[in-house]
Amino acid sequence: MSSLAPARSAESEAAAGSPRPRGSTRKSGRSRRNAAAMLLTGPFVLLLLGTVLVPIGYTVWLSLFTERLSGLGFDGPRQVFVDVGNYQTVLSDPAFLEGVGNVALYAALHIPVMLGGALVLALLLDSAVVRMAKVWSLAVFLPYAVPGVIAGLIWAYLYSPDVGPISSMLPFDPLGSNGVLTSIVNMATWQWLGYNMIIFYTALQTVPRELLEAARADGAGPLRTALSIKVPMIRPTAFVALVFTLIGSLQLFTEPMVLRNFTGSVTSSWTPSLYVYESAFVSNDYGRAAAASVLLAVASALLSAFVMRLSTRRSR
Amino acid sequence: MTAPVRTPEQRGDRAPRRTGARTGVGASPWTSRAAVHTLLVIASLYSVLPLVWLVTSATKSVGDFSTTSAFELADWNLGENLSALFAEEDGVFLSWIRNSALYAGLGALLGALICTACGYAIAKLDFPGRKLLFGVTLAGVLVPTTALALPLYLLASQLHIVNTFWAVFLPLLTHPFGVYLARAFADAAVPDEVIEAARVDGAGELRIFFTIALPMMRAGFVTVLLFQFVGIWNNFFLPLVMLTDPDLFPMTLGIYQWSTRVTQFPQYNPLVITGSLLAVVPLVLAFVLLQRQWRSGLASGSIK
Repeated sequence: MSSLAPARSAESEAAAGSPRPRGSTRKSGRSRRNAAAMLLTGPFVLLLLGTVLVPIGYTVWLSLFTERLSGLGFDGPRQVFVDVGNYQTVLSDPAFLEGVGNVALYAALHIPVMLGGALVLALLLDSAVVRMAKVWSLAVFLPYAVPGVIAGLIWAYLYSPDVGPISSMLPFDPLGSNGVLTSIVNMATWQWLGYNMIIFYTALQTVPRELLEAARADGAGPLRTALSIKVPMIRPTAFVALVFTLIGSLQLFTEPMVLRNFTGSVTSSWTPSLYVYESAFVSNDYGRAAAASVLLAVASALLSAFVMRLSTRRSR
Repeated sequence: MTAPVRTPEQRGDRAPRRTGARTGVGASPWTSRAAVHTLLVIASLYSVLPLVWLVTSATKSVGDFSTTSAFELADWNLGENLSALFAEEDGVFLSWIRNSALYAGLGALLGALICTACGYAIAKLDFPGRKLLFGVTLAGVLVPTTALALPLYLLASQLHIVNTFWAVFLPLLTHPFGVYLARAFADAAVPDEVIEAARVDGAGELRIFFTIALPMMRAGFVTVLLFQFVGIWNNFFLPLVMLTDPDLFPMTLGIYQWSTRVTQFPQYNPLVITGSLLAVVPLVLAFVLLQRQWRSGLASGSIK
């Protein structure tokens, strides 16, 4: 800090001297500020270009080609432009459509159960009667710290009839073809329940105290206060959580991938992300994999834009 | 978003609200103390019991693992499991620990610094392209890492950097949500007057960021760092598609690869389980020890 003092006096002397240099320092101040902004944002801009925008552009480009053997195949495979051919292949592939169906069903179960549970727990934590709120919230939050692969493995063991207690407690086989979807929903719910609970709980703590006191003075009980004041107040937070959960659900990959080693019920294209993996690294069909990737990204962008739109319309 | 937003500190101490304003509530059976706590205990057990299972299972031998029940303690075999784990394939697990620490530790530190600098600039500096950059960053938040893994692989194979450290390290530095959070932290924690005063004193913009703004945003920086660390540590799809050399694997990918063998070779069970325990412990410790930082970080960042 001490070194700042001389600089200051120098500037104030220059400013006192004549109006002209003052104007020029201001101008050079702006260009210096722009240079600083470039230095501060530059690394991130480069990363965003190199690891997000360029790869996506390249994938869109690749999705328009396919590898074909030319003539008798002596020259090896050639890249052939097929326009939207890969997209047609993917969209008419029953395996891909089945994966889309699985993910839709998964999202329809996981999103209400997980976000609803997180909201209820957050409201309980925020209620006046709770003791040791920090202990409970930390305990429920902990699974978030568990890597998806490890969470998948823990539950896979717990589901498997030789090791875990779960299959003997359930009326259905958690690793059978009918139960595996529910099992995967449970794995993801276990991992994300606490994280979203903390997000909701944090938002609830910013609800103004006067508002809650006013509601109490008007005779509103805790349940009424929760439903008519607290929940509407954290609606923006809830919509953001909904968008992230929706995007995450569409990308479902790790949990079914891990379960594939424990059960035959999860096929190699059980979700669209698994389909992408299978097309690229098992079938070596990069064009088809690229097209499926692009479709997946576009679908999640459209869905999240739709939900965002819904949230702004509702809050008006 | 138009609702009045306050941090818990601004609302005042939480204790008076609990004891003063709202005691005596609890006439309704649904909100009675016992019912609320029962539900919280159930949720906590649901969350913690699988982790308890991981700990007890890591202490069992291969034989006890399949003969004793899930939460029952058998003969203490953790030491043997650990030495088997580190002896497997000439100690490859040690490389996996080192790689995870490098990817996540170095990546999160560098990534959080890059995100915080960019978020601060978007919040506090007026430069051409500021709005565009924020818009693209927001779009980047919505692109999930899973959808990016294949595009990154295709590009990396074009550049011949597949199966290298950089192919995994560089993409994981990019964390648009961190920029989004850092922008909110800068808005909330760094007053414009402080920056103006420093400018009047003749401090350069970079110096203002590093010596004045960054210390003021410390809780936010730790939050971005911690969540990026978790993101990288837990990442699976990108290393799965990029890496074939086991010496470059992070723990998640290595343990996954061992888990593909357990149905045929049960002797991999203790390796997978003990390895999983070691992959979970650092993160659980980090979240428990850094509680105050990330809780206050989320409070000032997640709401806007």
